[in-house]
Amino acid sequence: MKIDLTDTTSARINTGLIDARRAIGTPAVGMVLTLVIVTDEGSAYDALKAAHEASREHPSRILAVIKRPGRSPRERAGARLDAEVVVGDEAGTGETVVLRMHGELANHAESVVLPLLLPDAPVVCWWPDQAPEKAGTDPLGRLAQRRITDASSAEDPVGSLVVRAEGYTPGDTDLAWTRLTPWRSMLAAALDQKHSAITSAAVEGEAYNASTELLALWLADRLGVEVERKVSDGPGITAVRLFTGDGDICLDRSDGRLAELSVPGQPDRHVALKRRETAELIAEELRRLDPDDIYRATVKFGVKHLVSTARSGKGTDGGGPTAAARATPPAAKKAASGGKAATSK
Amino acid sequence: MSTETPDRSGNPLRDPLDRRLPRIAGPSGLIIFGVTGDLSRKKLMPAVYDLANRGLLPPGFALVGFARRQWENEDFAQEVHDAVKEHARTPFREEVWQQLAEGCRFVQGDFDDDTAFETLKSTIEELDKARGTGGNFAFYLSVPPKFFPNVVQQLKKHGLSQGTGESWRRAVIEKPFGHDLASAQDLNRIVHDVFPPNEVFRIDHYLGKETVQNILALRFANTMYEPIWNRSYVDHVQITMAEDIGIGGRAGYYDGIGAARDVIQNHLLQLLALTAMEEPGSFHPKALTAEKLKVLGAVQLPDDLGKHTVRGQYAHAWQGGEEVLGYLEEEGIDPKSKTDTYAAIKLEINNRRWAGVPFYLRTGKRLGRRVTEIAVIFKRAPYLPFESGATEELGQNALVIRIQPDEGVTVRFGSKVPGTSTEVRDVTMDFAYGESFTESSPEAYERLILDVLLGDANLFPRHQEVELSWTILDPIEAYWDKHGKPAQYASGTWGPAEADEMLARDGRSWRRP
Repeated sequence: MKIDLTDTTSARINTGLIDARRAIGTPAVGMVLTLVIVTDEGSAYDALKAAHEASREHPSRILAVIKRPGRSPRERAGARLDAEVVVGDEAGTGETVVLRMHGELANHAESVVLPLLLPDAPVVCWWPDQAPEKAGTDPLGRLAQRRITDASSAEDPVGSLVVRAEGYTPGDTDLAWTRLTPWRSMLAAALDQKHSAITSAAVEGEAYNASTELLALWLADRLGVEVERKVSDGPGITAVRLFTGDGDICLDRSDGRLAELSVPGQPDRHVALKRRETAELIAEELRRLDPDDIYRATVKFGVKHLVSTARSGKGTDGGGPTAAARATPPAAKKAASGGKAATSK
Repeated sequence: MSTETPDRSGNPLRDPLDRRLPRIAGPSGLIIFGVTGDLSRKKLMPAVYDLANRGLLPPGFALVGFARRQWENEDFAQEVHDAVKEHARTPFREEVWQQLAEGCRFVQGDFDDDTAFETLKSTIEELDKARGTGGNFAFYLSVPPKFFPNVVQQLKKHGLSQGTGESWRRAVIEKPFGHDLASAQDLNRIVHDVFPPNEVFRIDHYLGKETVQNILALRFANTMYEPIWNRSYVDHVQITMAEDIGIGGRAGYYDGIGAARDVIQNHLLQLLALTAMEEPGSFHPKALTAEKLKVLGAVQLPDDLGKHTVRGQYAHAWQGGEEVLGYLEEEGIDPKSKTDTYAAIKLEINNRRWAGVPFYLRTGKRLGRRVTEIAVIFKRAPYLPFESGATEELGQNALVIRIQPDEGVTVRFGSKVPGTSTEVRDVTMDFAYGESFTESSPEAYERLILDVLLGDANLFPRHQEVELSWTILDPIEAYWDKHGKPAQYASGTWGPAEADEMLARDGRSWRRP
């Protein structure tokens, strides 16, 4: 069931949602959250597809905010709201409203979104590509408990981590971090077993890859050892090595699918470690809506470290945090030993 | 609800705040006896694959099949492959399969064959070397209970039942856990002789269902239900597990056992315990078991078993568009069999919360449709300030926990019918748990197998619970043995007329589920 509304208002969209529900005979549904996707025409299709898939696990009302401020002064002067209400099969298990905001209205998206939020249910805001610098104070971000950005989609993925760290508000999270969960859980499981003390570590992955960077930061933060960042051809992260007195604990994934885990004194084993689709990442994000303290600790640990290398001149050009960060991946930087910083207890 | 998981506080990569990291089982393997059976093919192997696909199995996980069939490792792997492709819930992915297939082994032999168990032993040793399973193995006895003594004795004899050092060995057994108290005690003795009680996991797959675990969340995470969850507000409780199928090919197993032993003793009494128990101090298995034992211990049978229990057998009839045979006409069933395919009993719980509130339990085969639910029926409002006639169609408020299919919770209450006159009629409010969450919610066996590997015994009935359940059922079975015979009911209906009379005697009626 699809209803197109041109030059409309939030109130009429609400009526449209109820009409659409009635028409297909399910007036009430157990939607658990509102997912606001802030995007442009180019990325809207993929983002909506992923959100619909994720809605099978988390039935939600999906509001896609597409800003079209217009190119000419005349277009910018006018303001118009067009909406597309989709309920039923093609909208996953919940309902979807695509909101196209023309002209000046593009600067007041929150005024359209607020009346359309589900009563009493959590709100999640997702920027599939360009996210505001400080998601927590963005007018749309402020409506949400949980704000999902994606550093990997930025022009400068590693630099954008610094931006994320500086603008961090509890409830922020980043898909570059979500992508790490299988790696992190496998590494944690490996360290559940007896092993001798870890002296240092290395993380290998594509250049300009925010996830690889975050993984190195996480290890440096948690283990309190020096973590070397090495550049490989990818795809994504290719290997993690933890050096111990008895030999290396190594998780090596060269093809983006199947990894090999080797632990001293144990046979090598294969582990499925597939790179995941956006829908799976979003589904994981929606599972927990409370602030992710480990992400905070990791990304903040990173910014501290990046700044300190820049200032002490170890970085290549030392031009401030963003520049330092941008310069790091090709230069195979060393993530700091960091000491016992930020154990976040 | 995991409290018995090993202490991993020493691991710097783990943090209680890091809730994204799932519980992954430590190095281990699963050995399935009777691996060629239906359960293994349709449930166990797919569940193992799904766990691997969700990244919850340790790297190097081993799956060993033990059966009489002449198979090589490759044949077994192929069999697992086919079973997984057909029955797994998560999509088939080559790399996950590759990871799993490397750890597949098959041991051919009979249960009294010493060489086969020696082979099993060397297979385990080989796996420890090649896969790093660390000597941790769970033995899943997917075989008829008459083979249990044989298998566990063989495991003991060949030194397989005890791990060395810190490694563990666990036994997993499926129902039936005996057919009465004495046989259940025998069985427990046999198994506990070889495995310590806390390493024996009894599978009641109902307890692995999300909806059953949700009973605890519904009751103990909310404030809304607990104040009315007692004799002041509850009129009675109906717990139903209905199947629409007959006995199928299970004549040999089913005849002489019957519905009450097959279902009431385990599933329904467990559901009763979860519905009626007091709040446990924590979700530690010990605390949970203590509360379940307390409430099962307070269960009181009716004085007149003839009036308050009913058993039946399905009869030849048309069911849902098909002509089906009656129980006595099924192949392999003695035409004079007195085995019950339907059983309904009334129980009371003697404690402050529930005194005087009857719990009606019923189960049967070839009933109207497949459904399992717990219905808590509330008392009528003490006074209705409406005109006479206005509330004629108003029934009793009810809260129904739908266990399967269509998992969820329904609340039934009165509402005004739109119009100028005042008329109140029953309406329902639905929470559909299954509809929206099934896609990702794990299958019961997945959860239970993972819990076995993690050593988390929360969702497994302890032997005391099993024995207590038999003490409840034994007098009923003894009474049935001596008095009368099962009433006949047409297949596809909701049981014999006697069952309706049983409730009518108390001024109540069965819900149509």
